[in-house]
Amino acid sequence: MANESLKAGFQAYTAKVEKSLEKFPERKNLESNRLYTPLDIEGFDYEKDLGFPGQYPFTRGVQPTMYRGRFWTMRMYAGFATAEESNKRYRYLLASGGSGLSCAFDLPTQIGYDSDHPMAEGEVGKVGVAIDSLADMEILFDGIPLDKVSTSMTINAPASVLLAMYIAVAEKQGVSPDKLAGTIQNDILKEYAARGTYIFPPKPSMRLITNIFEYCSKHVPSWNTISISGYHIREAGSTASQEIAFTIADGIAYVEAAIKAGMDVDDFAGRLSFFWNAHNNVLEEVAKFRASRRIWAKVMKERFNAKQAKSQMLRVHTQTAGSMLTAQQPDNNIVRVALQTAAAVMGGTQSLHTNSKDEALALPTEESVRIALRTQQIVAYESGLADTVDPLAGSYYVEALTNKIEAEAWEYIKKIDEIGGAPAAIEKGYIQKEIQESAYKWQMQVEKGERVIVGVNKFQIEEQAPKNLLRVDASVGELQKKKIADLKARRDNAKVEAALAALKTACADESVNLMPIILDAVRAYATEGEICGVMREVFGEYQASTTL
Amino acid sequence: MDIVAGVLSGSRLALSRGITYVENEYDEAVDIMRKLYPHTGNAYVIGITGPPGAGKSTLTDKLAKEYRKQGKLVGIVAVDPTSPYTGGAILGDRIRMMDLTMDEGVFIRSMATRGSLGGLSQKTADVVKLMDAFGMDIIIIETVGVGQSEVDIVKTADTTMVVMVPGLGDDIQAIKAGILEIGDLFTINKADRDGVDKLNIELEMMLELNPKGVDWRPPINRTIAEKGEGVVEVVNSIEAHAAYLRESGELAVRRKDRLKSELFTMVNDRIVRYIAKQVLEAEGFEETLVNLQNRVIDPYTVVNKIVSDVLK
Amino acid sequence: MEKRIRVLVAKPGLDGHDRGAKVVARALRDAGFEVIYTGIRLTPEQIVAASVQEDVNVVALSLLSGAHNTLFPKVVEQLKEKGLNDILVIGGGVIPDADIPFLKEHGVAEVFTPGTPTTKIVDFIKENVK
Repeated sequence: MANESLKAGFQAYTAKVEKSLEKFPERKNLESNRLYTPLDIEGFDYEKDLGFPGQYPFTRGVQPTMYRGRFWTMRMYAGFATAEESNKRYRYLLASGGSGLSCAFDLPTQIGYDSDHPMAEGEVGKVGVAIDSLADMEILFDGIPLDKVSTSMTINAPASVLLAMYIAVAEKQGVSPDKLAGTIQNDILKEYAARGTYIFPPKPSMRLITNIFEYCSKHVPSWNTISISGYHIREAGSTASQEIAFTIADGIAYVEAAIKAGMDVDDFAGRLSFFWNAHNNVLEEVAKFRASRRIWAKVMKERFNAKQAKSQMLRVHTQTAGSMLTAQQPDNNIVRVALQTAAAVMGGTQSLHTNSKDEALALPTEESVRIALRTQQIVAYESGLADTVDPLAGSYYVEALTNKIEAEAWEYIKKIDEIGGAPAAIEKGYIQKEIQESAYKWQMQVEKGERVIVGVNKFQIEEQAPKNLLRVDASVGELQKKKIADLKARRDNAKVEAALAALKTACADESVNLMPIILDAVRAYATEGEICGVMREVFGEYQASTTL
Repeated sequence: MDIVAGVLSGSRLALSRGITYVENEYDEAVDIMRKLYPHTGNAYVIGITGPPGAGKSTLTDKLAKEYRKQGKLVGIVAVDPTSPYTGGAILGDRIRMMDLTMDEGVFIRSMATRGSLGGLSQKTADVVKLMDAFGMDIIIIETVGVGQSEVDIVKTADTTMVVMVPGLGDDIQAIKAGILEIGDLFTINKADRDGVDKLNIELEMMLELNPKGVDWRPPINRTIAEKGEGVVEVVNSIEAHAAYLRESGELAVRRKDRLKSELFTMVNDRIVRYIAKQVLEAEGFEETLVNLQNRVIDPYTVVNKIVSDVLK
Repeated sequence: MEKRIRVLVAKPGLDGHDRGAKVVARALRDAGFEVIYTGIRLTPEQIVAASVQEDVNVVALSLLSGAHNTLFPKVVEQLKEKGLNDILVIGGGVIPDADIPFLKEHGVAEVFTPGTPTTKIVDFIKENVK
């Protein structure tokens, strides 16, 4: 009966404001309602829908104490030019209070080409550090004790090669693999769908991924073997619900592949992690984080019968949205990143990278990286947002939005299931098309002024070209080429050839786990391009069939 | 640029520009085609059609590679629809043939259907002639099989292949009616998918019901174009069909029929343009329209008058 | 006559961020152009060979990795070598203002940086295609 009076009250309110709001037509078409009340979360059941932090369905967070225990890992993505340069930046970040490393590799490294490959021209050291062999990796982590830091590596198609290099560096430092902590991105499906740094076709790619799952479960137990990434799907233009839906659909495909390869779900599911984008709409983002945890918990429990709580938890690394940074009035980006940070923290992320204000223009300078890191520290220590667990729970708006995003995401997941799962949906171009549709819609809204981007389509000013941008010297390419030539002259080439021959044989036999064999090749100082070259030979290369 | 001399001496730029002249209906195009005509008639033309998503471009790519292995020069015309709303088009077939881009023995041209009044098949036929005169041994026309104009395009081919794919469900029923009758051979692509046997049986049954001819029964091949599987068999089927056409004398008959219909189209096209110019630009046409609208005169009388004037 | 402006949209270099290229391709289509979309990871040689075959009026290059100073001029240079002197080459992506004069000196007609409305690109093409 209380509801009846509430409904009446709501109607009276609506009638009253409708008229006065006619004066603001540009605020009329917003997606959210103007007011949320208990009517929007009818049937809300605290124990079923939220539960307690650290408990199924983990809506309120994966740890019982969240940031009352410890803050999220402040993990700044960095890497450029040579291993020497990047090593300096890593040491600087650790000295500035960063709590984990995050390696950015250049595109030739991400696509399995050595720096002296013709396709690498102009790209060496540009968007990340160039790693051609174990020799570079040794320099990259020089003086950084690998048993003391956790390292995240944004590497996908050749993830097994870079992970093998990391293990080999640890060996040289006297650190055994079971002491290593960190993450490899290793998420090939979103490469086909959104990011584009694939090498091999889906089938051998999935094999490499499950090989890593299996190897790490035995030898590198604290390693997060995959970071199933919505970040790039969002950057490519998707909506919040599409971001989590397509990513969870990818996650389902990985779990299915591992089970099919004979693994028990609880043996690897606890090492799966996710990667979300923190976009501008703060409350929508908070709702997205909460909805994603609830969906994944249900997927793991109901669909895959995962028994352990750890297997049901969606642990997430977050990066603030690069595509939301503007080249215009770049200082405004500091404010955007602060709001995005607030969203990620209220959403309960486990680790966070904050973008630097100048990233729409170039690689960030040391100063702008410091501001980005300070932003996290201010949110952590000063804002109060981290003082209580899941602070927005119970908000009519946030709960309604969490339900809405969850429902939209389930719709997509269902649709993808009907198509035959994420790999089939990607092959058909379904996921790519949905993303492109959203991206185009967004762009048109901006161009028509229906969506305001401050400094871009409103509040513009005449600006001077920004100064002090970081530039990567073109000589990096030459330097890396020389390093490769020197290495090839100095290493035991017979040993390399034997290792590569063994790899070739192993690639052809699907029952073999490739990780130990790649590790041997890495130890012999075979280059990344040589190792991936052998795999290209056996596996072939993926051809994109993008439809517009 | 002397396009005729260029095309005949193997200049890719001249060929490319010549195609543009034809596509854009530049006045010079007629003269170019006239001069090149004696140098045509040597290429074998393959038409490939089928529903969207059947993998036609990928299959075309693989077929071209197979012909290249035989040392043949290959021209490809990839036709995509123009948006009726904007007049623009996204031509995305080439992306699946990027490997071929660097091969000097292959020339790929993407074409949009544009808004032409039935003139598309004529344009395509002219583009084929340009490639023919350039020296291509094999010319593949690839187009989405959705409408009559696409059917007309592939009719300009010596051998027409219809590509199908399992799992399109009811779509097949709709497609059956239109394009299946024109297939000299059928290829079921993505044959590793469920439903391949069912589709095969459906096709067989349909071929039973609509026999193509007494002596040629269209073969049904299976391919997984992405992996290159079954492509050699398709090439063999095309060769078999070509041999059949030659030996039976059907090739000459077909080509002659085609010339007849091409000639008819050209004459028709010319007359329509002439009439359109005479009628639409004639003095007093606006007035006639107003009179029609006000029911002062009737269209039947107007037509009689126009026709008798034109035929005078 | 049925003339249409033809544009080749391509991503040279290795980065796979094709959101911008795809949005631009669609906007150009909606402006009535014929767009030949060739996708990611192309060499300058491939872009030029495709331009020769497609007889395009415009080559639109998108690059976000920072390799523009190497790869854009290469495309322009090789187009000229093939005798395609009248093609309008435009570029877009994460390109610092400081690099724009260099690119223009090397034959890139205009560079569109993040935040550019697609209408501006359409207008530029309409004004500059002969």
